[in-house]
Amino acid sequence: MCLAIPMEVLKIDGQSAEVQVGGTRQTVRLDLISEFPEVGDFVIVHAGFALTRLDREEAIATLKLFEEGLNIELV
Amino acid sequence: MNLFDNFKDPELCKVLLDRIHSELDGELRFMEVCGTHTVSIFRSGVRSLLSDKVVHLSGPGCPVCVTHDSEVAAFLELAGKNAIITTFGDLMRVPGPDKKSLKSAQAEGARVKIVYSPFDALKIAQDNPGDKVVFLGVGFETTAPAIAATVKVAREQGISNFSVLCFHKLVPPALDALVGDPDLKVQAFLLPGHVSAIIGVEPYRFLAEKHGLPAVVAGFEPVDILQALHLFVTMRGEGRAEVVNAYRRVVSDAGNPKAVSVMNEVFEPADALWRGIGLIPGSGLTVREEYAAFDAMRVFGMELKDVPEIKGCRCGDVLKGKLSPEKCPLFGKACTPAAPVGPCMVSTEGSCAAYYKYRV
Amino acid sequence: MDRVLLDYGSGGKASHRLIGELFLKYLGNAVLNRLDDAAFLEINGPLSVSTDTFTVDPIFFPGGDIGSLAVHGTVNDVAMLGARPKYLTCGFILEEGLPMADLERIVESMGRAAHEAGVLVVTGDTKVVPRGAVDKIFINTTGIGEIFVAEAPSGHRARPGDAILISGFVGDHGLAILSKREGLTFEAPVLSDCASLNHLIVRLLESIPEVHVLRDPTRGGVATTLNEIAGQSGVECRILESSIPVRPEVSGGCSFLGLDPLYLANEGKFLCILPQEHAEAALSVMRSDPLGRDAVQIGTVRADHPGKVVLETPLGGTRLMDMLEGEQLPRIC
Repeated sequence: MCLAIPMEVLKIDGQSAEVQVGGTRQTVRLDLISEFPEVGDFVIVHAGFALTRLDREEAIATLKLFEEGLNIELV
Repeated sequence: MNLFDNFKDPELCKVLLDRIHSELDGELRFMEVCGTHTVSIFRSGVRSLLSDKVVHLSGPGCPVCVTHDSEVAAFLELAGKNAIITTFGDLMRVPGPDKKSLKSAQAEGARVKIVYSPFDALKIAQDNPGDKVVFLGVGFETTAPAIAATVKVAREQGISNFSVLCFHKLVPPALDALVGDPDLKVQAFLLPGHVSAIIGVEPYRFLAEKHGLPAVVAGFEPVDILQALHLFVTMRGEGRAEVVNAYRRVVSDAGNPKAVSVMNEVFEPADALWRGIGLIPGSGLTVREEYAAFDAMRVFGMELKDVPEIKGCRCGDVLKGKLSPEKCPLFGKACTPAAPVGPCMVSTEGSCAAYYKYRV
Repeated sequence: MDRVLLDYGSGGKASHRLIGELFLKYLGNAVLNRLDDAAFLEINGPLSVSTDTFTVDPIFFPGGDIGSLAVHGTVNDVAMLGARPKYLTCGFILEEGLPMADLERIVESMGRAAHEAGVLVVTGDTKVVPRGAVDKIFINTTGIGEIFVAEAPSGHRARPGDAILISGFVGDHGLAILSKREGLTFEAPVLSDCASLNHLIVRLLESIPEVHVLRDPTRGGVATTLNEIAGQSGVECRILESSIPVRPEVSGGCSFLGLDPLYLANEGKFLCILPQEHAEAALSVMRSDPLGRDAVQIGTVRADHPGKVVLETPLGGTRLMDMLEGEQLPRIC
């Protein structure tokens, strides 16, 4: 129901940030995000608002679980 | 390769698929309640790779699909009031009473503008101070906070020609209504990742605790979806039924308290009508008294009108997993994406539309 | 003379001034300059004729404008039948009040595009309508070309076993246009691919003995054109999703707007369907031209699901790629 895309933060300006995916840029609002992002972070963007910051550590942890559970090499 | 691209990895998907199929005992009937899951399952080809024993059901997961006829009637009524209507593109083709839609209203002269963000709608209000600009607020908990934040900015900046027609819906009350049906044929729930990013995991606990149903909060890449299916299989094997957060890179168990508080500041829960299902208590949002000046219903003195249910439409049964889309007598005949009858065919991500569009 | 007035379409002195000072200046040639009621042409043999009306919004976009588009679009349609485009007609419908500078920029751009494509504008017409009756400027062009192949490529000629080739990246034009639409604020470093393909088509058909289908996937994109071909030929088009060239900027823009690049318009690309044994040779001809530098094979023609386009996903799954009901709209769910 909710199309939300990870986009990389390029610049922060008060309550808005410039973000990009594949080189295409847009400005999103930061009114809703709990943990304020830094330049270089990925945020999940929905309808022009950043909802959350993507957690690299958690992503790696999930992939590690696959490596152990499924016995394959990923990260 | 980007770290997050690992969640698209075809090799990892193959391993997970093999595991699901070799470890599954009996039939697994799982339901997703998120249109983005519906589309992802079809578009990625996951659906065509699942064995017949894994039965994919699409629940009421698309806010556009479940927007009630009487709500569409309200959009159309507004379109006739010479306001500038701003909307997500999704709503343009949703048919209301007499098969009218925003597209047809536009053809008759209504001023309808498609925006990507409610914030763009606010800019349109600033640029057209002589006009009343209304944003059509649909969507679940993912979208409602963005619209609430926009209303707050409108109030802070004194933009008085902007208002919202608020028909937001809430996921947990709808799930509660679904699982309360003794005929429901669902064994596990794939929970919507982005709604969960806002509300967290707690509101779903009742699925496991009260109903013994396993449920997994999942992302939208093929690996995310297959991981969730594998978790269902594992839990069944171990005789467990839990609510698991498998989308930890985006969803924290507590959700996003800031977004929830913005949403609750502007909106409050209310009963809501769901197309194909009917009234579900406490499953919608309405604008709080303090923000009445931004509530289009109040600004234009409107009330929801009674609109009869659509005859012959079995969407209610499809949404509850009792009927597979192609078994509906209207499917592909009286009801197609070009001339949709029920909610499931209306949106590109409705379960009937996805069946119609993607199945080889 | 800074804005177009209703008088300019009256047929009187103002009309004549517009023709002399603007249209002949940029589009003039021996045939057009005679200014008779009709153009005198001498053509022999089978002809390819195509007409199209251009109404793009915005009229100036990254990589082109409505003028160049009106030439490229029709030149390409004519060429796809295995023809050398020779002549164009053009009809303008102008909105009263259109800045003259904009009109001049558009006509100049048409002249340049026609020159590059090697076609002559041989006759034309201009009407000016009251403000609001059209959106700035609409242009109709009709193209005429001489067919130079024994058997013209056609959407009906795809055969099971044929290879499906695309001349380059898909969706550039569609995304470039969208990025300039009101209400959608994003910046995509993507230019429209708008270009005349006729010289490349001529070289391709002169060097490859058997080409079954040539089509330019404009409105509705690659997905829609493949569906048309599958229907016309009664075959299945089987496409390998991972082989379709899409620029990261285009797939990035599509990802947050909820769009599929396969349904976005292209204005300088073509699909080529031909026996598999000629695929490599055709690709090397295409790649030798800047307009076909990124050409690749994206699929094959099969008999399994006649009339359908089936996509094989990177996971090895399959799904249908249907024609859309109407224009793709940005969505949030």
